[in-house]
Amino acid sequence: MAIQTDAMKQQDVKLSREEIQRYSRHLIMPEVGMEGQLKLKKARVLTIGTGGLGAPLGLYLAAAGVGHLGLVDFDVVDSSNLQRQVTFTTADVGKPKSEAAKARLSALNPDIEIVSYETRLTSDNALELFRDYDIIVDGTDNFPTRFLVNDACVLLGKPNVYGSIFRFEGQATVFGYPGGPCYRCLYPEPPPPGLVPSCAEGGVLGVLPGIVGSIQAMETIKLILGTGDSLVGRLLLFDALAMRFRELKLKRNPECPMCGDHRTITKLIDYEEFCGIRGEETPAMTEGIQEITPTELKARQDRGDKPFLLDVREPHEYQICNLNGKLIPLGELTRRVNELDSSVEMVVHCRSGKRSADAIHFLKTAGFKKLLNLKGGILAWADEVDPKMPKY
Amino acid sequence: MAVKVMIPTPLRQFTGKQSSFECNAATVGEALSGLTGTYSELKKHLFTDEGKIRSFVNVYVNDEDIRFLEKENTKTKDGDTVSIVPSIAGGGAQKN
Repeated sequence: MAIQTDAMKQQDVKLSREEIQRYSRHLIMPEVGMEGQLKLKKARVLTIGTGGLGAPLGLYLAAAGVGHLGLVDFDVVDSSNLQRQVTFTTADVGKPKSEAAKARLSALNPDIEIVSYETRLTSDNALELFRDYDIIVDGTDNFPTRFLVNDACVLLGKPNVYGSIFRFEGQATVFGYPGGPCYRCLYPEPPPPGLVPSCAEGGVLGVLPGIVGSIQAMETIKLILGTGDSLVGRLLLFDALAMRFRELKLKRNPECPMCGDHRTITKLIDYEEFCGIRGEETPAMTEGIQEITPTELKARQDRGDKPFLLDVREPHEYQICNLNGKLIPLGELTRRVNELDSSVEMVVHCRSGKRSADAIHFLKTAGFKKLLNLKGGILAWADEVDPKMPKY
Repeated sequence: MAVKVMIPTPLRQFTGKQSSFECNAATVGEALSGLTGTYSELKKHLFTDEGKIRSFVNVYVNDEDIRFLEKENTKTKDGDTVSIVPSIAGGGAQKN
């Protein structure tokens, strides 16, 4: 399987003496050779997201000599990205990711063309952005964008090299290849927001996106070279803890609304709406819940008026920072509710205020009445009251 | 018919962190009932209120998608592996 566009066939491209030296370890292997290296030089690859998956992707594609790389990201480098987004350095914190990634990749390989798009991928710009590229690589982090990338790729007939991760588990495949399945063949719909794991189960082992992003880079290069067996029609599952790869068959679903025999989706839609507002997270159910700001709580405590403090985060989060509250993780609250006294006023908090709102909804049904949600959670406490408190 | 059900990371919080579950089952439906019978909280994550498998969760017997076989009625034999594969979207790490 190889991706060949008219532009790729027509270009008369050669390698300079310096390039021959740079790519010599490719050129001396028959699977790449001069022909393959020229294919790489002519190829146009767009990576969506320059984060955890985008980092190894960008680095390896640039190093391999993919001649035209597009980088889409609207985000800014944060210090919490550095644990896994290895394109960035500490000095990049605060810079736009697409720009910082472009600078890093250009330094790695000045012979290739890199275009950065500091923009959020939307239904309005996706088709136009994708049109100039042969292969799209999906390194995004949310359901709406994943469906958007899929649909735009199917509409334009472009392969979508897919990778996703969760904590220490990864998935990778190639969607949108002519005749092969698309993302909607695998998952017709996104999970409803309420069933998506919350921050209590978030986080990711930094090496994991490095591995999955590298698999995506490998698949992209194989598509360009037209060599080997691509992941089209196979879903690769990777469990880093067990260090085990498994593989499942993926079939095009004849009933798929996007690529099936009777397709019902013929243009891009509103993906935020399709995924139920925000797909990744449930908006805090703050309706009917009384709140207290960290500043107000501190003022009350200073007056000697100290309401009971309940912390519904996980024990490992408590170790990072805490307000000396009683710790009962949200998931254990049902079982341990009898440890709480419903006659005293209680301030409930978590990291940012969402889990504590869920806890209050539950406690209300259990007969508790004097409940206050710490607005913005312990993060807001660090901002408003105690700047020395670490944020995570 | 002893089958092994593989639990994906996002659902392990409902199985006491267990990554697999073994039970006797003649069909995929029986294997999943066995699983949700032991870990009741899993039920709403795997099935709709009408008892159908949720559309963002796929179930495989060995490497075959049961949607293209006989769905929940797909037969299982001794030593089969039933995999639950939910959609995950992450590319980095989300927090909220």
